[in-house]
This record gives sequence, C-alpha cells and structure tokens, in this order.
Amino acid sequence: MSRDADIIGRVTSPTEPQRPIKVLIAKPGLDGHDRGAKVLARGLRDEGFEVVYTGLRQTPEMVVSAALQEDVDVVGLSILSGAHMTLLPKICAGLREQGMDDVLVTAGGIIPDADVPALTEAGVSRVFGPGTTIREVAEYIRGNVRRSD
Amino acid sequence: MSGGTAGEGTLAERARAGDRRALARLLTEVENRTAAGEQALRALYPQAGRAHLVGVTGAPGSGKSTLVAALVTEARRDGRPVAVIAIDPSSPITGGAILGDRVRMQSHAGDRDVFIRSMASRGHSGGLAAGTIAAAAVLDASGFPLIFIETVGTGQSEVEVAAIADTTLVVQAPEMGDEVQAIKAGLLEVADIVVVNKSDRPGADRAASQLRAMLTVGAQHDRAMGDRPRPKRPDVLLASAMTGAGVAELLASLDRRDVVRRSGGTAETDAAALKRAEAQLYGILAQRVGDQLRAPGRSERRNATLRAVAAHEIDPYSAADRLLALLAENPHE
Repeated sequence: MSRDADIIGRVTSPTEPQRPIKVLIAKPGLDGHDRGAKVLARGLRDEGFEVVYTGLRQTPEMVVSAALQEDVDVVGLSILSGAHMTLLPKICAGLREQGMDDVLVTAGGIIPDADVPALTEAGVSRVFGPGTTIREVAEYIRGNVRRSD
Repeated sequence: MSGGTAGEGTLAERARAGDRRALARLLTEVENRTAAGEQALRALYPQAGRAHLVGVTGAPGSGKSTLVAALVTEARRDGRPVAVIAIDPSSPITGGAILGDRVRMQSHAGDRDVFIRSMASRGHSGGLAAGTIAAAAVLDASGFPLIFIETVGTGQSEVEVAAIADTTLVVQAPEMGDEVQAIKAGLLEVADIVVVNKSDRPGADRAASQLRAMLTVGAQHDRAMGDRPRPKRPDVLLASAMTGAGVAELLASLDRRDVVRRSGGTAETDAAALKRAEAQLYGILAQRVGDQLRAPGRSERRNATLRAVAAHEIDPYSAADRLLALLAENPHE
C-alpha cells in the first residue's frame, strides 16, 4: 500500500514543486576545447540536474553575471588553457562580491596537482582531474551543495 | 559588498529597487512555487502589467535565441532595459535539463540592464514552463519594459505562448517547407509577426513571399465573417540575426504593436490580457486543487479513485465529479 501510494505520488504529481539542483557549466578563458564541458553537461542532465551552459571564451565577469542571473547552486569551471591560476580566483572573488558565497565552485580540465591548494584557498571547493566519472561529480555536488532553502 | 543577503527589505522590494541578486533569488522562489514566491507575487502583481511581453517561438534551430540576442542589442541602442526568459525542455525521464540559450546571448553579459534567465519546462507542455507568467510579472514589476519569452523549440501546435504574450513572433528558417505547410492550422495561425530568419541564406525571399501569399490573403473574407473568430493576418518580415539585416525593422514593428497596446489597445489586445489572466488563474486553480487533494484525509480517497480509473473500473468523468465532491467536504471529518 505505501509502495503503491509512492508510485501514485511519483506518477501523478506534475504540479508538485520539483527543485532540481541548478548548475552553471562555464568555459572561462581562451581555450576552445569544450567537448569535456558538453559531455559533463549532458551527464549531469542525465543525473537530474538543470544545467546552464554558457559556451566558450567567457571572461570572469561573464561567468559571475550568468551565475547571478540564473541563481545557480553550483558553478563548474572547465579550463584546459593553463590560465586557471589567473581566471578561477577572479571568478571566486567576483561571486563573493555579488553575495554568492553560498555557491559551490568546482573546476575540471588540465590543472596540475601543485596548483590545487592555492585554488582551494581562493574558493574552489574541488578540482576534478582527467578520468573523473560523471557519477563522482554528481555525487560530490549532491553531497556538498549549500542550498539556501 | 553589494551583498544580496545583507540588503534591507523583502526580496520583492529589493528586486524593485534594482538589486539583481534579489531579483534572481525571487525568480527562483517563483519558479519553485514556494510560499515566499507566492507572497512576493501578491505584492508585485499590481506593479506589473506595463511591460511589452513578446513571445518568440519556432522550430528547434530556427535561430530564436540568436534573433532574441540581436533584438536585445537593437533595443539597448535606445537604452531600454530588456529581460529575456528562455525556456528549454526538461527530461521526462530524469527531470534534468540542458539550458543552452545563453550561449547565443553572452554578448550581453556584464550589461546590468539586460537580464537573462533560463527556465526548464519541468514537465509543463505547450512550450513554456509553469512559472513563466509569474516570472514575467516579476521582471515586469522590476522595471523591464520589454520582455522576450523564448519558448522551447516547437513543432506545429505549441501555441500556449500566444495566450500569454502581448505579441507573438514566430521564427521560421528559409527551408520550412512549401505553401501547404504555410496554410496548416496551428503555430503560424497565432503569429502576430512571422520572421523568416537566416535571410542571408538562399531561399529566404521565396519562403517569405510564399508565407505572405498564404497568410496575409483573405482580408475581404474576414469582413464577410462578421463576428466569427477570424485568423490573424501576420506581418511577414525577413531578418538575419547573423548579419543584423532586418533586425531594426523587426524591433520597430514590435514597438508599433506596443504603442497600440499602451494607447488603450484594440479589442484584440484586451482579449490577450484576458486570456493571460485566464491561463494564469486556471494554472493556479489546478495547482490548488492538486494540493488539496494531496492533503492528509483526502489523499487516500484520491489515490483509490486514481487506481479505479487506471483499472477502468470507473470512467474519468465520474472520477472527476467524485473528487470535486471530495473537495467540498471537510478534510478532517
């Protein structure tokens, strides 16, 4: 009976508020390699997230502005150009300046291990390297997102 | 420093005062249909009703987002603040979504008078999200005089946007088909303006003249129809969002319609406002009825009725009557 009610609840509640986690996937800087970002966006979609994708060649200001207008829970930054030590701290600072301290910031791409502590210090909560599975990213987000509700 | 959380006043007050962080937060509350969102809407609704709501619809890949971005650029030349609500579909399986319309609109990032918000359809059919009208009201009350509502990529009959927008723009690509496509009922019928986008591509002029021939004929027939519902006679324009050709003319055409609307309007625009009110009200009624039926004391009988319909033991009309009768009862009896 309770299982039955559960099924009915799931099947018949289109007006029930649903609140998927909202993620911004952004490509800051000047590299044109967005296959990884797109694959991740697609994978997170399949994990039930609402994923806003910004496209290539974003300045830190563009990323912050998109995160603000979309009121996302998570900002995922994909960067393979080597400019991560310049761009990622700027984005983290920009988010803080706009009062978005509660937004979870993650990064992925080609980022040397030696740079991770400085990025963590700047506000990137997790750096995902090559070989990370989509499931790992999804679980990390679910476990660490700080939703204000 | 301009910290959203540190501001004074309610989200609605702060959004109206120009706090973009508060506006974004409020749109989330409205989209999630929270009590806070509802309360804010009650406060904001009387301040809304001023903006020109322009629905932009058309097939996937017809260039809706790029065209909206071009129209925003054009409107910004006059210094007008512009908001965009861009809807993309939610997965019916996982509930997830890719909201990709911003990709075409990023040239406006950093302009605080351009506010772009993506919404997932979240199971709502018809090309919009359930919270779209409410989100538009919030942006309207927050001082955006021009609001574009871009639907999901549509097919032939997702005409809901026409019920909520003041002006409906249907975007067509040059290779949209022949004249028979142009005379089919549905999407093209609700257009106030049809734009053949990608006018830099071959075949665009031909497509526009075919559409004109099929859509704009019949004025004489209209007069003969007297008071019967008559089809719209849309303007057919050519534009290229890529080169910018025709975009200024398109915005001018939208503005002319806005002037008519604001100057007291025609019977047609009154009808649009009534339809929007109806769509909004019925949406809320359906939600309230759903909530009440899920309330403790009723949900058991609601579920039993659903199971009976699923098993074909009772017809859905009798079931609906039964549930309406259930609503009239005191839930605690």
